[in-house]
Amino acid sequence: MNNLTLVFGIVVLALLVFVWSLYNSLVRLRMRVREAWSGIDVQLKRRSDLIPNLVNTVKGYAKHENKVFTAVTEARSALMKATTPQKAAQADNQLTGALKTLFAVAENYPELKANENFQDLQRQLEDTEDKIAYARQFYNSNVLDFNTRIAVFPNVIIARQLGFKEEEFFAADAAERRKVDVNFEE
Amino acid sequence: MTIYQQIAANKRRTYLFMAFFVFLAVTLSYVFSLAGGYDLGFVFSIFLVSLTLTIVSFYTADQLVLAISHAQPADKKQYFDYVTVVENMAIAAGLPTPKTYIIDSPALNAFATGRDPKHGVVVATTGLISRLDRSQLEGVISHELSHIRNYDIRLMTLVAILAGSLALLADIFLRGSWRRSRSQERNSAGPILLIVGLFLALITPLLATLVKLAVSRKREYLADASGALLTRNPDALAEALTIISENSVALNSASPATAHLFFANPFKENQGLSWLTQLFNTHPPVAERIRRLRAM
Repeated sequence: MNNLTLVFGIVVLALLVFVWSLYNSLVRLRMRVREAWSGIDVQLKRRSDLIPNLVNTVKGYAKHENKVFTAVTEARSALMKATTPQKAAQADNQLTGALKTLFAVAENYPELKANENFQDLQRQLEDTEDKIAYARQFYNSNVLDFNTRIAVFPNVIIARQLGFKEEEFFAADAAERRKVDVNFEE
Repeated sequence: MTIYQQIAANKRRTYLFMAFFVFLAVTLSYVFSLAGGYDLGFVFSIFLVSLTLTIVSFYTADQLVLAISHAQPADKKQYFDYVTVVENMAIAAGLPTPKTYIIDSPALNAFATGRDPKHGVVVATTGLISRLDRSQLEGVISHELSHIRNYDIRLMTLVAILAGSLALLADIFLRGSWRRSRSQERNSAGPILLIVGLFLALITPLLATLVKLAVSRKREYLADASGALLTRNPDALAEALTIISENSVALNSASPATAHLFFANPFKENQGLSWLTQLFNTHPPVAERIRRLRAM
């Protein structure tokens, strides 16, 4: 074996080691993104589960506020059907808006406001929204780490071939973000 | 310095300290064995035995600390805000939710313990919970969670073990040097080395304590920075620090052994005293912590 072959062999070995460690670190980062997503998903589900109870409680006192109930129920099913982080973020915004209107309308019914079950549900929903916000913060920072890692040089050259694609942030697409309408009218 | 730079700087300094400690342990063992005529293997095995003993206590330390401080589990219904703050900060940090406890006391303080995030515990006084608003409480809790996430508790315990083992080593050497047999004296390396050995044996516990305290203080800055990164609100943490430092009630159930774990120095701070006395503080000065937070 002459010197040239030796040098060539070392270079090939170095490249293989590089690809191996890059692949593993990308797999680890992607796993973290998946796990962070399940953190958001858990809170979104918890929120969806609280809604039917809330709607029934409010209906007990404010039977005729149909527009509000429809808006909330539609937003909830949109959330449950969402398949990607971006769609879920949009549905989440939609549900937040619908719930804001619901709670604003509830202001007109003092007996409802005094109902302990209603108050408890309101507190739990607020808490769940806080949890979604923090889970989103954690998820998005992991997505940023992963997306950066596959975009920098020299990783960018082979990341795609190794089967790694950019992950989506949990954020509504700017073009589709609708204004949140708090509607007090009947 | 930005939050990220603070974190990176603190991590570097701590690794330096750790390396220094190991270097110190090896050097001292060697010097003691030369000066005292002991077999190097004998000295090192004593060091390892004390290490093992303390590692065993490492696993029972959590329960011990909770018992000493009279902490009780926090009921979610009664302390809804406190428990949900802990849950939410754990979500933001990507950690499993630690167990939450309270100490019934008008003093304002909090601490965290737990050798890794899976065994995390957060404790706060009832005084603190009622005095701070939600964003300030979030600042304090995120600081405590950062201790757990940065494996500070594990590091501090490790440092305490090393410090304790070194002190034990020095102690054995000191006792042994008064009662050496004739045959051992022939093997020892002369009186000068003996004096050096004695001197080192005397100051070792002191050095070990100083390094332990220095590591503890650096870690507090790191926890402040990490906490601010979680909440994105360093001002709320600075406010909490201001409120806590202005309150003068001392926490009765704190002890010198557990003082370094607390959020704020549970004993009245040695402010305005000489630099040497300040070296013995388990926490950095509050004014400096607030200054760094406001600058982020």
